[in-house]
Amino acid sequence: MSNAVQAKKGGFLAGTANYLDERVGVAGILKEFGRKIFPDHWSFMLGEVALYSFLVLLLSGTFLTFFFQPAMTPVIYDGAYGPLKGAEMSIAYASTLDISFEVRGGLLMRQVHHWSALLFVAAAGLHMLRVFFTGAFRKPREINWLVGFVLFVLGMAGGFTGYSLPDDLLSGNGLRIIDGMIKGIPVIGAYTSSLLFGGEFPGETIVARLYGLHILLVPALILVFIVIHLFMVVIHKHTHYSGAGKRDDNVVGYPLMPVYVAKAGGFFFIVFGVIMLIAATITINPVWNYGGYDPSPVSAGTQPDWYIGFLDGALRLAPTHLEVTAGGVTWAWNILLPMIVGVGFLAVVALYPFIEAWVTGDKREHHVLDRPRNAPTRTAIGAAGVTFYAALWAGAATDLIATNFKMSLNQVLTSMQILLIVGPIIAFFITKRLCLSLQRKDREIVLHGRESGRIVRLPHGEYIEVHEPLDAHDMYKLVDFADYKPTLARPNAKGKITVGARVRAGLSRFYFEDRISPVGQIELEAAHHDHASELDAEAHKELTN
Amino acid sequence: MAFMKKSNGSRRSPFAAVLVIAAGLALTGGGYAATTAAVAETAAPAAADAAQLDTGHKLFLANCASCHGKNAEGTNNAPSLIGVGAASVEFQVDSGRMPAQASGPQIQKKYPQFTADQIDAMAAWVATLAPGPAIPTDAQLEANGNATRGGELFRINCAMCHNAVGAGGALTEGKYAPSLVGVPADHIYEAMLTGPQNMPVFNDANLTPADKKDIITYLKYVESNPSAGGYELGNLGPVAEGLFIWIFGLGLIVAITIWLGAKSN
Repeated sequence: MSNAVQAKKGGFLAGTANYLDERVGVAGILKEFGRKIFPDHWSFMLGEVALYSFLVLLLSGTFLTFFFQPAMTPVIYDGAYGPLKGAEMSIAYASTLDISFEVRGGLLMRQVHHWSALLFVAAAGLHMLRVFFTGAFRKPREINWLVGFVLFVLGMAGGFTGYSLPDDLLSGNGLRIIDGMIKGIPVIGAYTSSLLFGGEFPGETIVARLYGLHILLVPALILVFIVIHLFMVVIHKHTHYSGAGKRDDNVVGYPLMPVYVAKAGGFFFIVFGVIMLIAATITINPVWNYGGYDPSPVSAGTQPDWYIGFLDGALRLAPTHLEVTAGGVTWAWNILLPMIVGVGFLAVVALYPFIEAWVTGDKREHHVLDRPRNAPTRTAIGAAGVTFYAALWAGAATDLIATNFKMSLNQVLTSMQILLIVGPIIAFFITKRLCLSLQRKDREIVLHGRESGRIVRLPHGEYIEVHEPLDAHDMYKLVDFADYKPTLARPNAKGKITVGARVRAGLSRFYFEDRISPVGQIELEAAHHDHASELDAEAHKELTN
Repeated sequence: MAFMKKSNGSRRSPFAAVLVIAAGLALTGGGYAATTAAVAETAAPAAADAAQLDTGHKLFLANCASCHGKNAEGTNNAPSLIGVGAASVEFQVDSGRMPAQASGPQIQKKYPQFTADQIDAMAAWVATLAPGPAIPTDAQLEANGNATRGGELFRINCAMCHNAVGAGGALTEGKYAPSLVGVPADHIYEAMLTGPQNMPVFNDANLTPADKKDIITYLKYVESNPSAGGYELGNLGPVAEGLFIWIFGLGLIVAITIWLGAKSN
């Protein structure tokens, strides 16, 4: 019977599709999602890279849970790794060693998991930078920026909880720093640390607790936020770069089905392949080198994974001797200050879209992306932020910079401290001036065309270089951007100019005082009228003479 | 190889005769080399004779006295060598640190400036000035101790400066703990014994000769057994890994995205 029905409807695939459609309305879903348009640009794939790294994390992580035992009960190691045979260590560390040396494919999976974790956060970070510098966080995407930010922080949390699981010397040193930071918080610090570690550090429970967070809570939250993130992308539709025919009320690109499904599917395997290639050839976190955790030794060159590096750097760059005793409590400002700097930096990142929206007062929806140069102050703020982060980040590697480049550790530290303060300011001004110069160049090209390099001698002996006018498509990209102007502080309904309004006006001036307006129609026509192809004019003159 | 082939195949390979001859030659040749080497070792003079002391003294006057003083009593530029022992001399001179090339935060390693005989002569002469740590015997240096114990001792006593696998680390004001990769066993032993430059002394009461042997065993194991996980990125830990993933990992992927993006245009 079924054969006859299927034959009529066009085979097994169509039959299945029909079956599903009649029960869960798959056609409607496909119509809705399958026709979603995605524009084509390499920078739109960075978030995808993070997503795929996360999938690889889930796959390799599941494999690791089959063999990892999150217990801190001491055992005597009797496995395959010679220089640890007979050593006392926790079950967690012993099972990590077993995964590395005795489980078939275990070491590869560990390295896949660790490398993809590094790639996950790195790709998410690069994706955030893309979103920031192109202004993709503007209305209506502010909330999705927040969701993405939460994902970045969750990525850091997932990474750190995972880093601490093997219970080796390196991860134990990392946990010790976290313990120190928690204890540095006045009043609640010691209690919090005691609760977290189940007594005095290191205790016997922390690995099991972090394991619960690492394999259950954090990945579940990441998944939920990824769903929200992608759902919002569907709701908002994708942004696109400016170009002829690309407006704030359309999306120009290819549909999800079948083009992007095929492309994205293929890209997943490419990312997977790159991770496998790296994991199969490059060692990551050779835990067997570090030995089991013992609170007394600390190894030189102890660093966290890169995404926690900026916090470690903040700790290293903080001035020493900042402890103050007040009210019977020691305020360890050399611990608190870096924490405040780290959290404050993240808070500014999270809230930036709202700050900029408030300053511009722009309530329009933006679906066409900015070229970074067309928002000079934002781009400059971004560059300053990147420099600040990079200085903190490099701060975590002061010892390695000192030894590998044969410099004094103290001088490297001092240089980093100076760079942390001065670097962002310099980066801000250089970037802003660069953006303005690039905008001027764009203006010049729009008004006078491109220098063709073709020198023509006119009949009366004058040499001119022929400027080729741009075609409309190229020109569109150079003139299509918002032209904000500084706003004045306006009185409110009661006729008063509030402090908020003054601050806003001040910030608006800071943002838009130096600006290059896009070339307008009148200006363009005037330019063309004035020297529209001097060659033509000359030719015309010749003819009329 | 030869035996593998023979046991695997029932048919006699045409190369079997050649391989048997080669194996025979290798066995006799190797055996000869080993016995002569053993003879050479036992023939080396152990006791410091007067001629050697005289050579050592002359070498000292010509190469060391300008900084360390004519009687090794030390000057403003360099410490006294009275009581530093032969171990200290061998470590400093054989590793090329002495004679120092230039003053700085730390004296650098370089190609050794003297032959083994000359170094022995200087060490013997310095050892006559006052009792001090002697050059360790070959038995003390053999890497056949307990690597597990050595690893533990190394992590507790050495890793905070030299890193858990001896990759080295930074100290204050341009000083540093050098990498221990490729450092010969006698230098490791002598460094522990004499505490050169910024290194503390780990005397025999602190780390017994057996402990030192274990540490050498551990370091030699790590040195001769490369990571099971592939290329080690200099054993520099998470910083090198982070740089790698940003520059090469993400760099490669961004290159691929650009390629994918360019295809459709």
